[in-house]
Amino acid sequence: MTILKRAKGFWLSILLSCIFFTIIQTMISGGLLNPFYQNTIMLIGINIILAASLHLIIGITGQFSIGHAGFLAVGAYASAIMTMKLEMPFFVSLLVGGLMAALAGLIIGIPSLRLKGDYLAIATLGFGEIVRIVLLNIDYVGGASGMQVSHLTTWPWVFASVLLTILVIRNFTSSTHGRACISIREDETAADSMGINTTYYKVVAFAIGAFLAGIAGGLYAHNFYIILPSNFGFLKSFDILIFVVLGGLGSLSGAVLAAILLTVVTTFLQDYPETRMIIYSLVLIIMMIYRPQGLLGTKEFTSFFKRKGGHKHDNEQTIA
Amino acid sequence: MTTNKPLLKVDAVGIQFGGLKAVSNVNVELYPGELIGLIGPNGAGKTTFFNLLTGVYVPTEGSISLEGQNLRKLPPYKINQKGISRTFQNIRLFGDLSVIDNVKVAYHSLAKHSMISSILRFPTHFKGEQEMDERALEFLKIFNLDHYQHELAKNLPYGQQRRLEIARALAANPKLLLLDEPAAGMNPQETHELMNLIAFIREKFNLTVLLIEHDMSLVMGVCERIYVLDHGQLIAEGKPEEIRNNPKVIEAYLGEEVVS
Repeated sequence: MTILKRAKGFWLSILLSCIFFTIIQTMISGGLLNPFYQNTIMLIGINIILAASLHLIIGITGQFSIGHAGFLAVGAYASAIMTMKLEMPFFVSLLVGGLMAALAGLIIGIPSLRLKGDYLAIATLGFGEIVRIVLLNIDYVGGASGMQVSHLTTWPWVFASVLLTILVIRNFTSSTHGRACISIREDETAADSMGINTTYYKVVAFAIGAFLAGIAGGLYAHNFYIILPSNFGFLKSFDILIFVVLGGLGSLSGAVLAAILLTVVTTFLQDYPETRMIIYSLVLIIMMIYRPQGLLGTKEFTSFFKRKGGHKHDNEQTIA
Repeated sequence: MTTNKPLLKVDAVGIQFGGLKAVSNVNVELYPGELIGLIGPNGAGKTTFFNLLTGVYVPTEGSISLEGQNLRKLPPYKINQKGISRTFQNIRLFGDLSVIDNVKVAYHSLAKHSMISSILRFPTHFKGEQEMDERALEFLKIFNLDHYQHELAKNLPYGQQRRLEIARALAANPKLLLLDEPAAGMNPQETHELMNLIAFIREKFNLTVLLIEHDMSLVMGVCERIYVLDHGQLIAEGKPEEIRNNPKVIEAYLGEEVVS
C-alpha cells in the first residue's frame, strides 16, 4: 500500500517534469527564448547538478569537500577529449566524463577521507588546484590557451542530466544506504560502532558526487565553445559550496533552489559589472544574517506540503 | 552461573598511549547470560576498556575473543556485526535523524537490498525498507518509544534519549551489550526504571551485559559479578557483597586508612 502511495508521488513528479520540459522545449524551438536566456537555462541546469552532487558529499555525508571544481574540470576535459579528439558521440563523452571524475573521486577519496573537518577541506582544496595546474601544463588539451569544444549541450541533455542527478541523489538518500551516510554526518564514532562501514560510505558518496559533477563538466564544456583551466579555479569550487550552504546544509531542494536563484542573480548582474560582486556578496551576507540555516534549513521543499495534513506517517525521509 | 564456555574472553589486554599505560594486564571472562558490572574511580580506564572491546582502540598487548573468535584489529563496525554493541557515556544519537531512523541505522548491516536497487528503486528496495520499518517499529514498541517515532532524536527528553540509545544498540542484535554509564544524569526514579529495563532486556533478548556505572545502588542491585579497575589494573573481581568489603576496593575509592 505504502509502495503504491509512494509510486504515485513519483509518477506525479515525473509527469510534472515532463510538462516543464515540453514547455521550455517549445519555447526554445518556437524562438521565444533568445540565446541569452537559453544559455542561462543551461547554466542553471549545470549548476543544479553541481549543487546537488556536492550536497550529497557535504549535506548528507558531512564531508566538507571544497575541491568540487576539480571533478567538474576532470569531467569537462575528459568529455571534450572524447568528442573533439576521439570523435565519440556526445552521450558517450558525458558518460566518460562522469566515470573519469568518479575515478578521480575514488583516487582522492580513499586516502583523504581518513581526514576530518578542516584537514579534509584543505586536502580537497589541494586536489582542485592540482587538477587545474596539471591541465594548465598539458599541451594535448591546449594548456593555458584552452581547448576548442563544439557546442553540443542542448536543453534535452541538460534536462535529462538534471533529472537523473536529482533522482539518483533522492533515491540514494531515502534508503538505508543514505541513512548510513547521514549517520556518519551526525556522529561518525557512533555510526562506526553501530555496524556502518564509514570509510566505504564516505568513499561511495564521494564517488557518486564526483560522477555527477563529471557529467555536469561534460555539459559545461560543450556549452561554451572553449574551456580554460582558469574556469575551474577554487573560486568555482566556492560558488558550488555557496549553493549548498545557502540552500541549507542537508536539504536537496534547498541546494537546487539556491543554484537557480544565484545563477539568475549572477546572470542578470552581468549588466552591471562594477557592482556585480558587491551585490552578490551583499545577498550572501544578508542571507547569512537572517537565515543562517540556509534557505530551507534541513527541510525539503515537499515537507511544507506534508505538514499541513498533520503528521504524515510516511517513513520516507522528507522528500516525496 | 553457567558453566559453559565464556562468551567473551579478555586475556591480559593492555594499551599504552605514549608513555601512559591506560589499561594493562586485564583479564575478564564473561559467560552467556551474565550481568556484570565494571566499576572504578574516575580515570581508572573503564571507558578505555570499552573502547578496546569495541575496536575503537587496538590493544597494544593481549587478546580479546568473542565465542573463540579473535577480535584483534577488527574495525568497530565489524566487531558490532560480530555481536558486541554499545552505548556511550555522553549520548551519541544521530540527532537530526528521527527516532525510528536511529534504530534503522542499526539494522543497516542486515539490509538485503543493494545500493543499486535503492537508486533504481527495484522492488527489493521497497521490500527491504518496509521490512526494516516494521521491525524498527516493533522494536520501539518494546521500549515505549513508538509514539516518538517521527520525532527527531535530539528533541527527546534526556531519559528517553538514553532509552533510545540502548534500543539502538540492541537493534543491532548483539550477543554482548556494553553500557557506559547508562544512569549518568538520571534521577533516582529514572535510575530505578533503568534497572528494570536492563533486567527486562536481558531476559527478553537473552543477552550478556557489561555495564560501567558510578551509581553503586544500581551496580550492587542488579549485577551478579563486579570487576573493579583502578589505574588501568584489575584490582578485584567477585560478587557484590565481596566487592563491598574488599579492602583494596575501599582503598581505591576512599584512600588508605590511617593506622594510628
